[in-house]
Amino acid sequence: MGLLSDPNRRRALIGMLTRLNAPICMICYMAGVAWFMGLAFEPFTLRTYMSENAMGSTMVEERFPAGERALATGREFAAHKKKTGGMPVDWLVRTMQARGLEVYTQRFSRKLPFPDEDKERYMVKGTNVYGILRAPRAPRTEALVLSAPCSPGNENNQAVGILLGLAQYFRSQIYWAKDIIFLVNEHDLIGMQAWLEGYHHTNTTGMDWSPLQGRGGSIQAALSLELSSDVVTSLDLVLEGLNGQLPNLDLANLFYAFCQKIGVLCTTQGKLPRNDWDTTSGYSHAVQTMMLMVLKQASSRPWGDHGLFLRYHIEAASIKGVNSFRPYKTDATTVGRLLEGMYRKLNNLLERLHQSYFFYLMPSLTRFVSIGYYMPAFGLLALILLLRALDLWVQLSSPPTRTTEDACPPLCPLSAPQPASPGVLSILTPLVISHLTGVALYTLPVLSQELAVEHFPVSETEAVVLTAIAIYTAGLALPHNTHRLLAGEGTEQGWKVLKLVAVLYLAVLLGCTALINFSLVFPERGLLVGVNDPGLTLLFAVFFFQELQETPVTLQEGWMLYLSVISQGILDHALYGSLLYPLAALLVYPCWLLFWNILFWK
Amino acid sequence: MAARRCLGLWFFLITLCVVSTGADVLHTTPVTGTESSAAGTETVVARELPEAPSDPGEHTAAEPTREGEQNDRTRGGEQTLGQPTREEEQEQEKTREGEQTPAQPTREEEEEEEEQEQTRGEEEFTREEEEEELTREEEELTTEEEELTREEEEQTREEEELTTEEEELTTEEEELTREEEEQTREEEEEQQTTAQQEEQTKRWEATELEEEHVHDAAVPPLAGDPPAADPPSPPPSKDDFQEELVIRPLHSGDIYASFQFRTVWDADFMGDQKVSHYRLFPKSLGQVITKFSVRELHISFTQGYWRTMQWGQPYLPSPPGAELWVWFQDTVTDVDGTWKELTNVLSGIFCASLNFIDSTNTVQPSASFKPLGIGNVTDHSFLRYATLPREIVCTENLTPWKKLLPCGSKAGLSVLLKSEKLFHSTFHSQAVHVRPVCQDPQCRTTSMELRQTLNVVFDLHTSGQGKREWSLFKMFSRTLTEACPLASSSKVYVDVTDNPQGEQFELSPATPLLTQAVVLGDRRTYSVYDLTQQASFGSSRSLNMLLRWKNSHNNVVPPVMLRPLLHSERYVAGYGLQAGEIHTLIYNHHPYRAFPVLLLSAVPWYLRLYIHTLTVSSKGKDNRPSYIHYQPSKDRERPHLLEMLLQLPPNSVTEVTVEFERALLKWTEYTPDPNHGFYVGSSVISALVPSVVAMDTNSTLDRPLFSSFFPCKEEASYFMRVYTEPLLVNLPTPDFSMPYNVICLTCTVVAVGYGSLYNLLTRTFQVDEPSPGLAKRIANVIRRFRGVPLL
Repeated sequence: MGLLSDPNRRRALIGMLTRLNAPICMICYMAGVAWFMGLAFEPFTLRTYMSENAMGSTMVEERFPAGERALATGREFAAHKKKTGGMPVDWLVRTMQARGLEVYTQRFSRKLPFPDEDKERYMVKGTNVYGILRAPRAPRTEALVLSAPCSPGNENNQAVGILLGLAQYFRSQIYWAKDIIFLVNEHDLIGMQAWLEGYHHTNTTGMDWSPLQGRGGSIQAALSLELSSDVVTSLDLVLEGLNGQLPNLDLANLFYAFCQKIGVLCTTQGKLPRNDWDTTSGYSHAVQTMMLMVLKQASSRPWGDHGLFLRYHIEAASIKGVNSFRPYKTDATTVGRLLEGMYRKLNNLLERLHQSYFFYLMPSLTRFVSIGYYMPAFGLLALILLLRALDLWVQLSSPPTRTTEDACPPLCPLSAPQPASPGVLSILTPLVISHLTGVALYTLPVLSQELAVEHFPVSETEAVVLTAIAIYTAGLALPHNTHRLLAGEGTEQGWKVLKLVAVLYLAVLLGCTALINFSLVFPERGLLVGVNDPGLTLLFAVFFFQELQETPVTLQEGWMLYLSVISQGILDHALYGSLLYPLAALLVYPCWLLFWNILFWK
Repeated sequence: MAARRCLGLWFFLITLCVVSTGADVLHTTPVTGTESSAAGTETVVARELPEAPSDPGEHTAAEPTREGEQNDRTRGGEQTLGQPTREEEQEQEKTREGEQTPAQPTREEEEEEEEQEQTRGEEEFTREEEEEELTREEEELTTEEEELTREEEEQTREEEELTTEEEELTTEEEELTREEEEQTREEEEEQQTTAQQEEQTKRWEATELEEEHVHDAAVPPLAGDPPAADPPSPPPSKDDFQEELVIRPLHSGDIYASFQFRTVWDADFMGDQKVSHYRLFPKSLGQVITKFSVRELHISFTQGYWRTMQWGQPYLPSPPGAELWVWFQDTVTDVDGTWKELTNVLSGIFCASLNFIDSTNTVQPSASFKPLGIGNVTDHSFLRYATLPREIVCTENLTPWKKLLPCGSKAGLSVLLKSEKLFHSTFHSQAVHVRPVCQDPQCRTTSMELRQTLNVVFDLHTSGQGKREWSLFKMFSRTLTEACPLASSSKVYVDVTDNPQGEQFELSPATPLLTQAVVLGDRRTYSVYDLTQQASFGSSRSLNMLLRWKNSHNNVVPPVMLRPLLHSERYVAGYGLQAGEIHTLIYNHHPYRAFPVLLLSAVPWYLRLYIHTLTVSSKGKDNRPSYIHYQPSKDRERPHLLEMLLQLPPNSVTEVTVEFERALLKWTEYTPDPNHGFYVGSSVISALVPSVVAMDTNSTLDRPLFSSFFPCKEEASYFMRVYTEPLLVNLPTPDFSMPYNVICLTCTVVAVGYGSLYNLLTRTFQVDEPSPGLAKRIANVIRRFRGVPLL
C-alpha cells in the first residue's frame, strides 16, 4: 500500500524493474525451470497415501479363483471374434446371460470427418455389449464399470476373458452394494463415447447411437482393462484422460496398494518406481516419468478407454497388462484378484471419490506432486510476461512527461492519451486479421478436404493435414502492414502497444489454460522460451516424447509422426471434444501471429 | 358371460377356490369386496393350533375378555373349540422335508416312531435339515366351517357408478369396487359337497366351469356353518386373523416368497366410543389410528428394487426406501399438524426414520392415491404421501413389525421370518396396510383391516450355490410345524402355473390341493398347503416344501428378459453440476391396446424443475397428457409435485423429460460428509393394464366352447402400480475445507486491494520537501533544545 501510494518509492520500484528487467526475467525463468525440475526430486515430493476412509482401513480378501477358466473364455471369445470378423455380439450376450447378468446392447455409428489412417477407419459402425450385475438389496442408484475393449486382431482377448470370469465370480457374491456394469466396447474410444453419451443421454459430438435400455444409476468409478497375453510381467496404470483430466489420486493409490498387497509389479508411464533417488540415473528416471506424464496430459487426448469417463465426473483409469522379457510373471488369476480387490473397495465407498487430489503429477507411482507444488513453477514463468508487460507500459507512458500525474500509470491505463489513441486503432487490424486466420485454420482443413483431394494427388487425411499446415504458414505471409493503411505510418509507439497487448494476451491465455491443464502450458513456456511457435512446439514435443519413450525416431519418421499427430488432434476434437485443436487454432496461433506481426512492423 | 367376472382388484386379487383335501373343508371364501388380498390367492381353511399348549385354552381365555361381543367366533365356533379331535402331541422330531404323501389321512393317532421311520424312508434329500429339531406341540383343529365368519365381511361392496371415461383419473378406485361383487368364487359349491376327507387326491379341472358358477353363490357362507354359537345381538366386535405365504418360482430362477397376515376387526375406530379392548389387533397401531383419526394408513419399507424385467410384477409393489401414505378422517382439522405427529409416532413404532418426513418431502397427490378401503373420499386435502428413498431397512425394522402379529414370531408362518435369512436376499419389502373394509355384504358396517405383508426374493446364485433347488429350509433355515393357533386360516401356496404336468420341476411333498387365482391379470395355478390340516405336515410333523427342477443341466438356465406389459425406468441425463434432465421412460408392451397411466413424481425443491421444458413423446410424436396437476416447489418448504395422465399407445415407449437446475444449498443443509448424494424418490405409475388373459387370442387351447366366444375373458384390465428407480443426484458441493482458504484469501484481497485504493482516493498528495540532511537534523535538535529558531 505504501508502495503504491508513495510516489517516490513507487518510482524507485518501477525504475528498478525497468532497469533490471532482463536480469529479473532471466532469474524468474531459471527459477521456474529449476523448480519444475525439482518436482521430480524425491525429497521434494510427497509420498502417496490413501485419503478415502472407506477404502483405506477396511480389509478385503481376494478369492478370485478362476483365472484359467477366464483365459479359456478369452480364447473362446477370440475364436468367435475371428469367425464374425468383429464383435461377436450374440456370443457375448449369451455368455453374459449365462453368468446371470442383465444384458443389453447398443448400436452406434459414426462417420469420421475424414478417414483415420492410423486406425484405418472412416465409417464406423459397431455394437457395445454390456451386462449389469444388480446388487442385491440396492435400489439402482450407484454403479461401477469394468470395461474391456473388443479390439481387432488378437488384442485384448484375455481382457474380455477376465472380465467375463470376474462377472461370473462377482455374481455369486452377496456383498455388492453398487451395481456393476461389465462393458465390452467396440472401436475403443468411439464405442466408449457412444456408450457414455447413451448412458447420460447427451450428444456432444453428433454421433448416432441407439438408446440404452438398462442403467445402473450414477457411476461412481470405472476401470478399463487391456490385456493381451496370458501372463503379464507388470501392470501399467494409465491416468491421463480427455483434456488432461485426471482421476482422483485415490484411484491410483488403490491400484498401487493392491499391487503391493498381491505382489504384482506395477508401473506408470511404463516406468517402475525406483528407490535410488539420490543417484543421477534415479533422478533422471523420475524426470522422464514425469515428463512423459506432462506430455501425455498436454496432448489432451484420452490415453486409454477410461479417458472419456472423466468428463462425466466419473473417476476412471486404465490398467494395461505388459508382457516383457522379465522372468517373473503374473498369471490371470492374480490379475483377477487384483481387480476383485479394487472393486470390493470401490464397492465400500460411501461417497464419490473426492478426498484426494485431482490435479497432480506423478514422478513415480509412489510419489506425487500436487497442484500447490507445481503451480509456483508456472507462476514464475507467468511473471516474466507480466514484467515484460510492465516494462513496455512504463516505456509507453513515461517518455511524454515525467512531471505530470505520475500517480496514474499503473492504475489508470488511459491517462496517457497521446500515444495510446493511435495505438489502439493500429493494433485492431492485426488482432482481427490474426484471429480470422485462426478461424480459417480451425475450419478450413476439414471443409476443404474434398477440394484438395480433387486437385492434388493426396488422400483425404493428407489433404486435411497439409491444408492445415498450408494455412498455418500462409498466416505468416499475410500482409502484416495493413495497419499503415488505416493508421498511417507505423510508429515506435505502435509496435510497443501491439507487443504489450500480445504479451498480456498471452499471459491471460496461459494463466487460464494452466488452471485447466497445467501440462499444456508449462512445456511450451518452460522448454521453449522465446520460440513461441505452436507448430514448432508440437514438432519438438513429438521428438521429445519419442525420446522419452526410448523409441527414438529418425527425421523422416518424425515428420510422418508429426503429420499424423496433427490429424489425430483434429480427429480427437471432432470425435471426443478434445479442446486442444480449437485452443491452438483459435487462440494460441493468433496470439503468436501478433508477435510475428511485430517483426514486420516497420 | 356371467361367468367371468372380472374383478379389478385393488391390489390383488382374488382368489379363489379351494379345494380341500384330506381335511375337510372348504369353503372358499372369497375375499371381501375390498379385498386386496394378498396375492390373490385365496384363502383356505383349516388351521392348526400350534404350540399353544392348549389351544382351546387360549381361545377360551381370550374370549371372555371380549365378552359377549363375539358371537360367532371367527373360527367355527363349536368345532374349533371343542371338537376337534386333536390330539396334542408333543414331540420333538427331526424335521425332514419329506414329501409325505398327502394321502395320509389325519395323522391323529400315529405314533411318533412310526412317523419317523416312514419319513426317513421316503426322503432322501434333505440332508441338511435333518439335524434340526423342532419342538412342537401340535393340536389340530379341524375346522371346516371357520370360513363362514369371514365371508360375511367381505361380500359386496357397492359398486361405484363411475362412468367409464372417468376411470382414468379415478382409475383405481372404481375398479376395485366394481369387482368386489363377485367375491365369492366358485369352487366351493362343488367341493363342499365333495369335500370329504377321503378324497385327498382330487384335482380340479375345467376351471372355466367353475368360475361360472361362481358368483351366484355369493351367498355361500355357509352351509356348514356355524352354529352360531352366540347369537349376535349386538354387532359383534369379532376379530379374525389369517396368514398365508405364497411362493413363486420366478422366471429368472430366483424365488419369490410373499407373506400376508391379515387381521380384521369389526371395531369401529371412527365411532365415538373408544376402543379399549384389544385382542388380535395390535394395540399400538389401534391407538395411533384412533388418536390421529386415520382412515387409511399404508406404510412400506423396502430394501432393493423390484426387477420387473426379470421377475414380472410383484404382488404388492413398493418403492425402495420407506413410503408412507395416509388418508385422514374428514373430521381432522389440522391435517399437517396431525401428519407431523403421526409420522413421529410411527417412527417410534417402526424404529425407522419416518420422523424425517416433513413438509419438504410430503405431497398431496390429486389422483394417484385413492383410498383402498371403503369410503368414497375424493378430497385429497386429507391425503398425505411421502417417501424416504434413503431409508435403509434392516432388522430393527423387522422386529417391531413382527411384534404386531398375534403370534409374534413364535408360531405359524412367522417362524420363518428370521432376519439372518430374510436379509440375505435380493429384495426385501415389508409393509403395513390399515384400511376400513365392509363387514357384511350390504356394507352396513365396517371393519378395520390390518394387513401386514412381507415380500422377499431369494437369489438363485448367491444362496442356491448355483443349483436350482429350493426348500423352505434353504430359504428360511426353518420349516413349518404348525399354524398360528390364533389364525382362522393358514396356508401356503406354491405357484405351479408354469408346471402344469410337473415337467418343469417337482414339488414335494405333493399336495392334492390346487387352486386358481387371477393375479395381476394373469390366471395362476397354485398348490395349496393348509397348515390347519395336520395332514399337511405328513408324518414328519414338519412341512418343508422342496422344489427341484428337472432339467438335466442343473445349472442356471440363462434368464431371458421378460416383457412385462408395463414397466418403466428413470434416470438423470446430462453431466456437470449445473443443469440436468430427468427422463422417465414408460414402456407399454401390449401388442395392440393402449391404456392410460397416471404418473406421479415428487421432486425435492433443490432440483428446480423447468416445467416449460416438460415434454412427453411416444413413438417420436408429441403425446399430450390429458390431465396435468403441477404444484411448484417452494424453497425449503415443499417439493414439486407433478401428476399427469398419459395414454400409452400400444407397443411403445413414452418418454417424459423435464429439465432441472441444481440449487446451491446453504452450507448447513448439506448432509454430513460421507454421503452418496441427494436422493429423489421414486416416481409412481398407476395404471389400468389390460389383462394378460384378455390378451390371449390363442384359441387353440383346450377350453369349453361356451367360454371362448367373446374375446375378453377375466378382467378386462387390472390395476397396477409401478415404481421407478430413485435417483441419486449430486449437487454442487463446496469443498468444506475451503472456507478457511476462502476467508484468508478474501481478507487479503480486501485488505490489500481495498486498502490501497481507499488510500489513493482519500489521501491528498503534496510535494514533500526533500528531507534535510543528517547534519541539519542534528543541528535542529540542538537548536530546539536551546530554544533557538530552527534552521
